[in-house]
Amino acid sequence: MRKPLIQLKNIHKSFGDNRVLKGVDLDIYPGEVTAIIGKSGVGKSVLLKLIIGLLQPDAGSILFNGRPLADLSRAEKHDFKQKFSYMFQGTALFDSLTVYENIALPLSERGKMPKAEIARQVRRKMEQLDLHQIEDIYPSQLSGGMKKRVALARALVTDPEIVLFDEPTTGLDPIRKNAVHSMISDYQKRFGFTGVVVSHEIPDIFYISQRVAMLHEGRIMVEGNPDTIMRSEDPVIQQFIYGLETRHDDLTGLLPQPQGEKKFWEHMARLQHHRINFSLILFTVENIDEINEKIGHVAGQMVIRNLAMQVQQFLSITDTCSRFGMNKILVVLSDSNKERAQMFCSQLDQEIKPGQMLGDQDKRPDFCVSVSVGFVEVQEDSHLKDLLIGVEENQKRFYEFRVCTMSEET
Amino acid sequence: MTVITLLKDRLTRLGSRALRPVELMGSMGVFFGRGLFHMLTLPLQLRKISQQVYFIGAKSIFVICLTSAFTGMVLGLQGYYTLVKFGSEGMLGAAVALSIIREMGPVLTAIMVAARAGSAMAAEIGIMRISEQIDALTTMDIDPIRYLVSPRMAAGLISFPLLTALFDVIGILGGYLTGSLLLGINPGVYFARVNSSVVMKDVSGGFIKSIAFAILVILICCYQGYYTHRRKEGFGARGVSLATTSAVVSSSVLILVADYILTSILL
Repeated sequence: MRKPLIQLKNIHKSFGDNRVLKGVDLDIYPGEVTAIIGKSGVGKSVLLKLIIGLLQPDAGSILFNGRPLADLSRAEKHDFKQKFSYMFQGTALFDSLTVYENIALPLSERGKMPKAEIARQVRRKMEQLDLHQIEDIYPSQLSGGMKKRVALARALVTDPEIVLFDEPTTGLDPIRKNAVHSMISDYQKRFGFTGVVVSHEIPDIFYISQRVAMLHEGRIMVEGNPDTIMRSEDPVIQQFIYGLETRHDDLTGLLPQPQGEKKFWEHMARLQHHRINFSLILFTVENIDEINEKIGHVAGQMVIRNLAMQVQQFLSITDTCSRFGMNKILVVLSDSNKERAQMFCSQLDQEIKPGQMLGDQDKRPDFCVSVSVGFVEVQEDSHLKDLLIGVEENQKRFYEFRVCTMSEET
Repeated sequence: MTVITLLKDRLTRLGSRALRPVELMGSMGVFFGRGLFHMLTLPLQLRKISQQVYFIGAKSIFVICLTSAFTGMVLGLQGYYTLVKFGSEGMLGAAVALSIIREMGPVLTAIMVAARAGSAMAAEIGIMRISEQIDALTTMDIDPIRYLVSPRMAAGLISFPLLTALFDVIGILGGYLTGSLLLGINPGVYFARVNSSVVMKDVSGGFIKSIAFAILVILICCYQGYYTHRRKEGFGARGVSLATTSAVVSSSVLILVADYILTSILL
């Protein structure tokens, strides 16, 4: 049994007559990203502020490593706070300090680090987050997306153990929104911090979190892994998730994952009743981590978007193409068998325009985007999950092409 | 029954109204204590203190020079016409120097700095509060009072006495300008009277006042800004504007009240 890192037990909080939280119980496990979803004004941000101690609960207790926060001594509280980092909804950058000073502040105020070391750390974080040549300007001169990234850099510069994100992506364009998500998930994997994300971005947030908790009417209504929540039959959850979900994934213009799955089942029903065959093709951008690291998270998202655009050009109107997780695209090829799927892939391979994959981001002649493709003809009794596992296992053997900015090899 | 509840209600309201000032004084006392304490905790924030000395002190010099020159000149004029009735216009130097060193210097300096730097302080801290920048400091484990209030307090304690000294000198020169150059009192007599009438107790009394006013002004202005979000009558930008107004008004009034109290103790 894993031990939760942070436990909220029966938390109540009111503001005047407005009872916001009415007995919240929530466990946050170490090394995971926990997403808190729920309608606006339901108290998600309040929950985060309670965890970090900006607000005090009216009743109930918050436990850290099994010990109530209220019992910690002064020195322990100090230690506890140093492990945390908080990214504010409105960024809360210090507007009279420059970008560099903003990011350096958590380090310089702790006063234990030499100046050169601080400068090194800050530069490294800025580089990792695509923040170039803005060191000496002030936050008010930045665009909204840049501010978010500066805030993210400030939150991560201390290498915290726990990072609380309060709506990190509101107000960003689709590419940057996905880039921020990919950054959170990427850094989480690399640095192993525990993340708590308050978000409205459904279903995007499901791709990067290991646990999802839904706050409804002052309580945690449901808590579990993203798959369980998405498949939950509860009408309130369904209505919330599908109500918020857009018709199209706004990065790629494709259908979002749950709708793609729905299409699969529609085709399955046709197969079972009318014997109309169909097949699945799964595209995976294999080296997304490498792209993120070497060229940047924005470029990583551009690759996925451009791949989606190119794939879509070859589809007929009855085919559907949906986003599947962070780096996959699933195509349901209607009325087709294995041969047609194979033909589709080889046609795509010949006609795909390698030069457009990275967009105009940063043309590096030596850099390749590696996309692998797998396909399968669907049988009557097969399940989507098993099919996909099968596809992924066979993926590379079936087919693989590399799209480079200069040349293409098969 | 209703009469009893009505009475109870009135009583409760009266009680809470009586408690509010006590509460306010308590929280201000704690705020002051924390600010003062963190002025001395290591590492000393010398860079921030010197920035604030520049802002509160150096940038106020021009305003202080202007006010003090005109105050001295007016005192010279008024003093001359009053003293000439008794035939003792030779006492002008003593009258100008004593009133400036004992009263005008500390009080007017404090009021001018409150208007110039205090309002800016309240507005700046208030805006930091409403845009969550103070919360951001807390989450970074940086004590906001240490970061924002202590350097200002230290800078106030350094700048106020220095500005007061400047006010005193220029004020006395202003009196000389009208008294001697315009109305013809012998300059030697003017300065001899200044020299003979002012004793050390007057000067140190003036400085004690200026230190007390420094604490008062910085405390009130920072406090108003820091707790902008607790105002019931206005939030956001309106809250900041109200905080700034009340910071300047209440510190000016309290300077005069404190001046009376201090004078009665020091005399």
